[in-house]
This record gives sequence, C-alpha cells and structure tokens, in this order.
Amino acid sequence: MVVDKLNQERIVLLTAIVLFVFFSITLNGFIDPGNLLSLVQNVSILGILGVGMALAIIGRGIDLSILSTMPVSAAWMLNLINDGMPIWLALACALAFVVLVGIVNGVLIAYVEVPAIFATLAMGIVVYGIGKAWLVPIDSVYIRGGESWFYAIGTGRILGVPTPVIVFAGVALLAWLFLRYLKPGRFIYGIGDNPLAARITGMPVRPMIVLQYILISIIALVAGIVTATALSGINTRVALSTMVYDVILVVVLGGIGLSGGKGGIRNVIVGTLLIGILLNGMTIMNLSYTVQNILKSVILLAAIVVDTLLNPRDEQTAQHGDI
Amino acid sequence: MKAMRLIAALAASAALALGASGASSEPYNDGQSASYYEVLKGKRVAFVPLSMGFDLTEGWNAGLQNQAEALGYTVDIRDPNWNVEAAVQAVNGFIADKPDVLILHPLDQQAYNRLVPKAQSEGIKVIQINLKSITNGDAYVGADWYEMGYKQAEEIVRACGKDSGNNGKIAIVTGQASTPTIVIGNMAFDDVFAQHPEIEVVAKQSADFDPAKAKSVTSTILKQNPDLCGILGVWDGQDQGTAAAVREAGMQDQVYVVSSGGGNKAAACDNVESGDFDAYYSYDVPGQARDLNAAVKILLQQTDMEPGAAPFALYTPLKLITKDNLSPTSCWTLEELQVSGG
Repeated sequence: MVVDKLNQERIVLLTAIVLFVFFSITLNGFIDPGNLLSLVQNVSILGILGVGMALAIIGRGIDLSILSTMPVSAAWMLNLINDGMPIWLALACALAFVVLVGIVNGVLIAYVEVPAIFATLAMGIVVYGIGKAWLVPIDSVYIRGGESWFYAIGTGRILGVPTPVIVFAGVALLAWLFLRYLKPGRFIYGIGDNPLAARITGMPVRPMIVLQYILISIIALVAGIVTATALSGINTRVALSTMVYDVILVVVLGGIGLSGGKGGIRNVIVGTLLIGILLNGMTIMNLSYTVQNILKSVILLAAIVVDTLLNPRDEQTAQHGDI
Repeated sequence: MKAMRLIAALAASAALALGASGASSEPYNDGQSASYYEVLKGKRVAFVPLSMGFDLTEGWNAGLQNQAEALGYTVDIRDPNWNVEAAVQAVNGFIADKPDVLILHPLDQQAYNRLVPKAQSEGIKVIQINLKSITNGDAYVGADWYEMGYKQAEEIVRACGKDSGNNGKIAIVTGQASTPTIVIGNMAFDDVFAQHPEIEVVAKQSADFDPAKAKSVTSTILKQNPDLCGILGVWDGQDQGTAAAVREAGMQDQVYVVSSGGGNKAAACDNVESGDFDAYYSYDVPGQARDLNAAVKILLQQTDMEPGAAPFALYTPLKLITKDNLSPTSCWTLEELQVSGG
C-alpha cells in the first residue's frame, strides 16, 4: 500500500522536492550552489530552534519560552563581554542562566505538573521580563568587535560551508544520537508516547522531563550565539515576535505529531528545508511579505489536511493531551 | 586706638549685615527667569513611549529627566512594551491623572486618534514625539518621514544613478508594511525614483524590522543580482542584518548601503566606521531630546492658553553621516545623554 507509507514527513519531503524542481526550472539562479548554501544558512537558526522544539514535542511537551531564552541569554552574554568579561566566563554565565531556565521549566512541568504549554508560556514572559529589567536594559546589543574565533561562529566558513549550517548540522546530529542511542533519549519517546505507562515501567519520568527542558534551553543559547555572531548583535525584541510559531511550524510540518512519542530529527530537517526552499524561492520571485506569509500558511495547512486525510485520527491514535 | 576698634567693629557688623542680606536676597531676575522657574516648579509631565529599553526612548527620557530634575517638575513614564492596547490603557490612565503635558509616541497612526482630543478636552496639552497620529496635538517633535525617505533615496541615486557611472540597480529592504514611517517613506522613494528612470529597483522585500530576516532576504537578493549597486534600508536595527549579508558576500566595496535611525553610536557610527553602512541619515536623538524639552517647557509656561490653541511642530534637522564626515560628535551614547542630555 503506497498510501500507507505516505506519512506527513514523506508528503512534506515530496512537496519540498516538487518545489525544488519547480524553482530550479523556473527561477534563474535558484539551483546555483551558492544560492543553495545560503538557502540552508538562512533557515539554520530556525532549524536549530526546531531541534530544541522537537525534543519538547516528542516528549509530549512544548517549549514556548525558547524564543525568550535565546535572545536574552545571548544578549546578556554580549553585554558581559562588552563590559570587559572574558568570553569564556560570559559564556559560562549565559550557560548557567539557560540551565536555570530549563530547570525551572522542567520542575514546573514535571513536579508541579503545570501543563507544558502554560508553564513555558509564563516562563517566556518571566525570562523576557528579567532580561529587560536587569540583564539587558537596552534591547539591541551590538558586538563591539574583537578578533576572537567566537565571532566567527555566525559568519565563518569551513570548507566553503557557512558555519551556521555546520552548527545546525552538529546540533541535529547530537540530538539524533541522543534520541536514538542514549537511554534518556529513548525514555523521552516513552514518556511522550504514554507518560503513565512510562512511570509504571520504572522510567524516571520527572527527572527526564527536567533534563529535557535543560537541553532545550542550551540549544536556545546555541541558536542565540549563532544569531548574535551572524548579525554582529542581537535584539531581545525577537521574544515578542511570532517566530516561535515558525519554529513549531517547522517541527509539526516535518511530521512530529503534537501528541508526542513520534518523529525524529529527520522530520525537523525536512520541515526546515521546505520552509527554506519556499522562502528562498519567494524572495527570488520578489513576492511581497504578505503574499509570502499567505503562501507559507496555505502550504502548511495543505500538508496538515493531507496528513489528516491519509492518517485519520481515531480513538486508538488520539491521545489525552492532544492540542 | 578706640577709634580704630570702633571702625573695625563697624566694618565687621557691616560685613555681617551684608552677608546676611546676601543670603536672603532673591537671585538675579532678568525679568523672565524668576517666573520661568516659578511656573515650571511642581508641574507634571507624563510620557507613554512605544516601549522603554531601546535607544530612542531611553535617549529622550534621559534628556527629559535631566531638565525635569533641574527645574523641579516630574516626568512619569508608563511602559507599554510595544503593545498598542497596553499603550491605550496607559494613556487613559494618565488622562485620568490630569498631568499638565502628555507626551505620546504612537505605534500606529490610528490608535491615539480619539485619545489626543480627549486629553486636550481635559485640559492636558499633548506632544507627539517622532511618530504621530492622524490627529495633531499641541506639538510634534520629530523627523519628517517624507523628507527622510526623500533624502535616503537621493543618496542612493547619488551613489548609483546616472552621474555615478554605476548601473542603477538597487534593492529596497523595507520594514513592516503598515507602519506609517514605511508607508510615507515609500511614497518619497517612489517620487525620487520617478525623476530618475535610470534607477532600477530589482527587489523590494520586507524584513519586518527583524535583522535576521533582513540578512536572509539580502543574501538571496545578492545571489540573484551579483551586479547590485546599492541597498536602501529603513532603520539601523534592521539594516544591521542587511549589512551583515553584504559583508558576508564580500560585496562591501560594490554595494552602497544607506541606512537611517537615531544616531546611537553602536548602531550608527560604529557601522559607518566599519564600512557596514555607507551613508546614514540620523534624526539625532540628543537634538530631539533638546527639542522635546523645549516643547515641554513652552507648553508648561503657556498656562493661560487652552490645549490646541496654538499647535506647532519642530521637525528634526536630519544629519547625514558618512565615513568622510564622521567625527567623535556625530553620534551619541546613552551614558553621555544621561549625564548631560536635553
């Protein structure tokens, strides 16, 4: 049965390939290797955040605070560096901050049993607020130069490949190895599939959830550092933007069900590539921002509708906690 | 000897008397200064910015607070943090408090339309800073956005147009399409380019005021148009991303980047110096802070005039910053403004 194998990931991959071929034929310069590299580069931060979000969603959670943690931690780090702190020390401070955010998220979800969507929504506002009040009083923070390798994270190239793409690949690879071969990674699938059964079988469900949100926060910091070094600065106002929905879009579009326990890093990559191809093609076509947004959402909607038709939900597959 | 002592005692008491009268005498009054200090003391000014925590509003506020402290009036702020509803609430709250002057920094042209007349009918004078609603208050202090767009467009014509020897191919990386500054600026772009048919706008894309989007969009545009001559930006915070893409493509010598903003050192002069921006039009926040204080003090002194009786505008003189005219005073830092701004 061909239809059975057409899960959402394949549908999206197919859409991506169709678009890719279509743009290659119709758009001048689309297939150019330089353009393809910049295509991936332009969505690599989205992809990195997508990997973090995937970790949350696979464990039947969600992390809406990721888009606050990312700019606030990176901007604070730049502030510390600009005030004369050595880069390593500033990095350690930022790391401690994001780990703390992850722990609070995890404890709220695992031990206080607040639903992830509310806990992280609130934490996002808390993190942004703390950032605005104490850590980053002025929302735009700029890199004041300096010749450290650190600043090349977002702008350098290794063997012709832009470093943000390499960081994306690295984060994706580590997350894949974690989910696939490490015990906590397998536990996350178990917890996502059925938390109660996971607990009965003896999995340390609560500590695993805390670990999960710490990892997500660290990934957010990585994304923040890549963003800041790529743009020679970062603006915490991104926390107020709708980018978090783009991140969820990439994950869900790739086929990681919001009900948890399903999907993997490959889905994130497929989803990210589709968005990348779309954005790149539409920019080359010089479509207006509004039209781009409409097309993006129509394609998302189409992918979800096709998935629902091919893989209908029933009492067996529907789970308590579905969004 | 007695006479000498008497004289000394007389002299001493005279000096004492002089000293005492010196201490209690009024400061010199040139005919206006006394009433100036008198009328400003104890007045209340309210300020609703788009949001605190960014260079423009922090700069204006530094200037406002310095003068308020020196002259004995207060400037209270309610920070709506980029949220229009919260801003409307904050304005309504202030109207109920009845300050003497209300300073508004409207996010869009419509939100305060009813609030401006409402405040005025309550006897509160209204100043709008750098952005304005359709309804004018008592004073507008800020850039003329049409002039800003016009000058930026002329700058890119100078760099890429007929007389430059370049091909005239430019791209526009604009901001959120519905924002008044963008709408008005676009009209100016169109008007300038209508007079310069040699300018070809090969791409016009919105980056939504997001530097990351600006970088993506620009990198794609540069791949598509390797012979691009110039890019017209609209705001330094976003154009930072545009410039990063140009730098990454190694096209800084070829692509002329025009940006604009409040002239904060890190956002403007540092980028002009590094070659990220080739030309930068500044609306000079320290100058605006000074103008804003002037408007506040004028309105506070016109105690017998009803709100709306004599509206006026102080359009900000725009300042072009390039590598050639860059000087230590071209830009400002918040620390400087906090010490001596306004």
